[in-house]
Amino acid sequence: MSDAGDVKTLIIDDKEVSALRGQTILEVARENGIDIPTLCHVDGLGDVGACRMCLVEIKGSNKLQPACVTTIFESMEVSTNTERLQKHRRTILELLFAERNHICSVCVANGHCELQSLAQAQGVTHVRLPYRNPDLHVDASHERFTIDHNRCILCTRCVRVCAEIEGAHVWDVMGRGIDSMIISDLNDPWGESSCTRCGKCVQVCPTGAIFDKSKIGDPHPKYPDFLPYLNLMREAK
Amino acid sequence: MPAYTPPPLPSDDKRWKIVNGTMRKSGFARHALIETLHTVQSSFGYLDDAAIRFVALSLRVPLSQAYGVATFYHYFSLKPPGKHTLTVCAGTACFIKGADKLIAAAEERLGIVPGHTTPDGQVSLMTARCVGACSRAPVMLADGEVTGERTPEQLIEQLERWAVE
Amino acid sequence: MTIEELEQIAESVRRENAKFDYEVSVCMDLACASQGSDKLRDALVQIAEASGKKVLVRRTGCMGPCSHGPLVRVDPYKTFYGHVQSGHAAAIVDRLGGEPVPDLQCDLNEHFDSQMRVVLENAGYIDPEKIDDYIARDGYKALVTVLMEMTPNGVVHRVTESGLRGRGGGGYPTGLKWATVAKAVGDVKYVVCNGDEGDPGAFMDRSVMEGDPHRVIEGMAIAAYAVGASKGFFYVRAEYPIAVSRLTMALREARRRGLLGINICNTPFSFDIEIRLGAGAFVCGEETALIASIEGRRGTPKPRPPYPAVSGLWGKPTLINNVETYANIAPIMRNGGKWFFSIGSERSKGTKVFALSGKIANTGLVEVPMGIKLREIIETIGGGVPAGHKLKAIQTGGPSGGCIPADMLGLGVSYDALMAAGSIMGSGGMIVMDDTSCMVNVARFFIDFCRTESCGKCIPCRAGTAQMHTLLTRICNGSATMADLHLLEDLCSTVKETSLCGLGQTAPNPVLSTLKYFREEYIQHIEQKRCPAGVCKFEAVEVTA
Repeated sequence: MSDAGDVKTLIIDDKEVSALRGQTILEVARENGIDIPTLCHVDGLGDVGACRMCLVEIKGSNKLQPACVTTIFESMEVSTNTERLQKHRRTILELLFAERNHICSVCVANGHCELQSLAQAQGVTHVRLPYRNPDLHVDASHERFTIDHNRCILCTRCVRVCAEIEGAHVWDVMGRGIDSMIISDLNDPWGESSCTRCGKCVQVCPTGAIFDKSKIGDPHPKYPDFLPYLNLMREAK
Repeated sequence: MPAYTPPPLPSDDKRWKIVNGTMRKSGFARHALIETLHTVQSSFGYLDDAAIRFVALSLRVPLSQAYGVATFYHYFSLKPPGKHTLTVCAGTACFIKGADKLIAAAEERLGIVPGHTTPDGQVSLMTARCVGACSRAPVMLADGEVTGERTPEQLIEQLERWAVE
Repeated sequence: MTIEELEQIAESVRRENAKFDYEVSVCMDLACASQGSDKLRDALVQIAEASGKKVLVRRTGCMGPCSHGPLVRVDPYKTFYGHVQSGHAAAIVDRLGGEPVPDLQCDLNEHFDSQMRVVLENAGYIDPEKIDDYIARDGYKALVTVLMEMTPNGVVHRVTESGLRGRGGGGYPTGLKWATVAKAVGDVKYVVCNGDEGDPGAFMDRSVMEGDPHRVIEGMAIAAYAVGASKGFFYVRAEYPIAVSRLTMALREARRRGLLGINICNTPFSFDIEIRLGAGAFVCGEETALIASIEGRRGTPKPRPPYPAVSGLWGKPTLINNVETYANIAPIMRNGGKWFFSIGSERSKGTKVFALSGKIANTGLVEVPMGIKLREIIETIGGGVPAGHKLKAIQTGGPSGGCIPADMLGLGVSYDALMAAGSIMGSGGMIVMDDTSCMVNVARFFIDFCRTESCGKCIPCRAGTAQMHTLLTRICNGSATMADLHLLEDLCSTVKETSLCGLGQTAPNPVLSTLKYFREEYIQHIEQKRCPAGVCKFEAVEVTA
C-alpha cells in the first residue's frame, strides 16, 4: 500500500498527471495516453536505455534523459515531443537504416516491423546518410527459426529475454562498436547451440531479424505481450 | 548447499593448473572472468574456444557471455600470435609524428594489415592505442621492447633481422 | 605504525643516504629505459664502486623532460645530464666533486622554474620500489595522522575545502563525491582507482603509478577511511605491465608495514586493495563501464542515475577517482585544504600534470598551477615548436577534447576556460601540432579512435561515429560535397546530445572544435581539393564505410 507521500504530481506535455514514486516517465506517460516512441524497451524485460528513441526533455536540465529508466519526481516537467527530440529521433532512425541492410519489401516482417512503423510515425521520408552495406550472414541452421543479421538493430531484446525470462542465456553480443554482433554460445551456429527452442526471442524481436521459418511468405506479426503476464504469474507464485 | 566441484582440466598440460589457480583464488566467482582470461592469454598466448569454454563452465558464466567478454576487449586475441610481434603505437602523439607511415611500411613489407599474422606464422602486426611513451613518438614495440623515434627504414630493418633468423 | 615509527624509518633512510657524498639518480621510466638507461645504471654502479668515491646510484621514476633522456641528475649539485649512454658513466663519476661534464649537461632551469610540483613532488627523487624512500619524503604521514587525529567527516571537509576537482577529465568536485559516498547507506562500500589511462597521448597516470605508487595507495586509503570503505580496487591498464608490477610490490610493502590490512595503526579501520587489469577498452574510463569490467563483464556503460556513489560495484556505494586525484590527497591532508585552495585559478584549484608531446622541443611531463597561460606551457616550459615550423594548434582532452588554435595562447588553463574554448581539460594530454598537421585529418583520427572504442550499446555512438568517419574520409580524399559537411554537422549534434555515455557525448568535440577554428581548411578540402598542410592525398580512393 502506498501512503500520500508516495503519490507525486508532474506535468508531461502540458498535461498534469499523478504517479507513484519509483515509476518511470515512460510508464506514467503511457498510463496517461501519451505516446513516447521506444525500440529497445519491451514491457516485461529489464531496460537498458540503449536505443535513445525515448529521450525526453526535463525542465531545468539541458541533458536529454531516457524515459524508460528515468524515474519521476514531484513537480517534474517533461516534454516528450519537441522539435529537437523529433529531429534526433529521425536521425537515429536514419542511422539504423543505413547501418545494415534493411530492405522492407523482401522482409518477412514487412508490415509488422517496429522499425518500419516507427520510421513512418516519425516522418522519416528518406535516408541522407551513406548506406554502409555490410556483408552479413543469415544463420538458418536452426530447425525452426532463422536469424538474419542484416535486419538486426542490436536492441538486445533477444539477449535479455533469453537470460532474464527463459534463463538459458544462449544469446549475447560479441565484438564492439559498429562490429557488434548477436551470437549464440561461442559464436556457434544457432542450430548447434544450447538453445531450448522456446521461441521467446522470435516474439520479442522488433524486426525481421529473428523469425519463424514457417512464416516465410505469410504475415509474421510478433506477440511480445506474454512477458508482463508471465512475470505476473511468477510473482504470484 | 553442496560444495562446488569445478569441471576437470581439459588436459594434463600444466598451464591449465595456472589457469585454475586464478579461478580458485577468487573462489570460482563469476567476476574473475576477465582475470582468468588474462591468465589464459599469458599462459597460452591467445584464447581459443576450448579455453573460453573451460573458463566459462568453471566460473558458471554462460558461454555466449564469456565469448562476448573475450571479443569486447582488444587486449584479448582469439588467434595464435606469430613467432614475432611488431606493434606500432597509434596514439595521438605518434600519429602526429608519422605513425601512419610506419604502419604503411609494415603493411607493404608484410602484406598484411594490423591485427593479422603473416601466412608463414612469422610476424604478427599490431597497433596499440597508446603505450604511454608519447614523448618519444613515433614508438614501436618489437616483441614487447619499446623503441622510440622510429623511421620506416628502421622498422624494415627490424623485420629483416627477424626474417634472416 | 605510529608517527614516531614513520619518523624512525625516515631517519634511518636519511642516515643511510648521509653516508654518501654524491647521489646520482637515473631516470628509468619508459622513455629513458627504451634508450638504455638500465645499462647506464649498471655501468654507473660498477664504476662508482671501483672509483672509491661514496656514490649512491638511485633508480627513479620519470623526471619529466623525456626528450632529453636518458636523464641523470647529480646531487648535491642539482646538475642534469641529458642523452646519457652507458659509455658516459666513467666521465660522470670521474667529474664528481669537480666541474660537471660539459657535453652532457643540459640547462633545464627555465623548464623547471615555471612548474609547481605537488603530484610529482617525488618524481626523480625516490626509488619507486622502496617504500622507505617514500616514507622518508613524508610518505604515509598523512594517512597515519588522519587515522589518529581526524574524523571521516573532517577528512571529507578538508577535501571539500581544498576545492579539488576530479583529474580524470570531468572535473567533478572531489569533496562532493566523497560526501555523497560517505552519506550513502550501505554495510559494504568500495573505493576504486581508475588507472585505465586511455587517452591516446597521455601518460601522466602511468608515470605516477610507476614512479610513486605509494602516493596513490595512500590517497585511496585516506579516501576509504573518509567514506567508510574497507575494500579497494585498483583498475590498471594491462598495457602498463611495469605499473602493474610496481603497484603489486607497493601493496605488498604497505601490508608488510601495517599500512594496509586489518586494524591499520591499531585503529578499527581496516582496508586492503586488489588490482584488476583492464583489457584494452577506452570506454572503461566511464564509471559505469569500469564497474562492469571489474565485475567481469563487457565494459558497457549504464544510464545514470543511479550514480556509482549510491549504487556501484555489486550495487554498493562506490567511490571512483582517477590516479592523479588520489595523488593529490596526501599533500592536501598534510598541508591543509586552504593551502591547496590558494593554488590555481578561481574555479580550478591546485596543479595539473600535463603530458606534453608532439611538435615541441621539451616533450615529457610537466606540472603547473591551474590558470597558467597556455603560452607559458608551450613556450617557456615546452621550449616552443622546433625551428622551421609554426605552431598551429594544441590538442587537449584527447578524443573527448578539441584543438585550440595558436592565436589563443593567452588562454589560462582551467576547466572552464578550456570548455569555453570548445575543448576540455581531460586527463592531461597536450599535443602540439605545427603547420604540417592537417586539422581535418586530425579530426578523422579521433573519430576513427572513437569508432573503434565505441562499445556499440547505443545507436548514436555506434552508428553515428562510423558515419562521421565515412564523411570525414570523403573530405580527406576529395570526394565530399558541401552537403556532406552539413550532414556531418547534423550528426555531431545528434551524437553529442543523444549518446548514452561520455564517450559518445564528447566524441564530436574534435570535429566541432576544428570546424570552429579551422572551417576554412574543411572548405578548401571540399571545394578546391586542396590540403594546406599537404597531408591529404586527393586520389579517387574508395570510401570504406
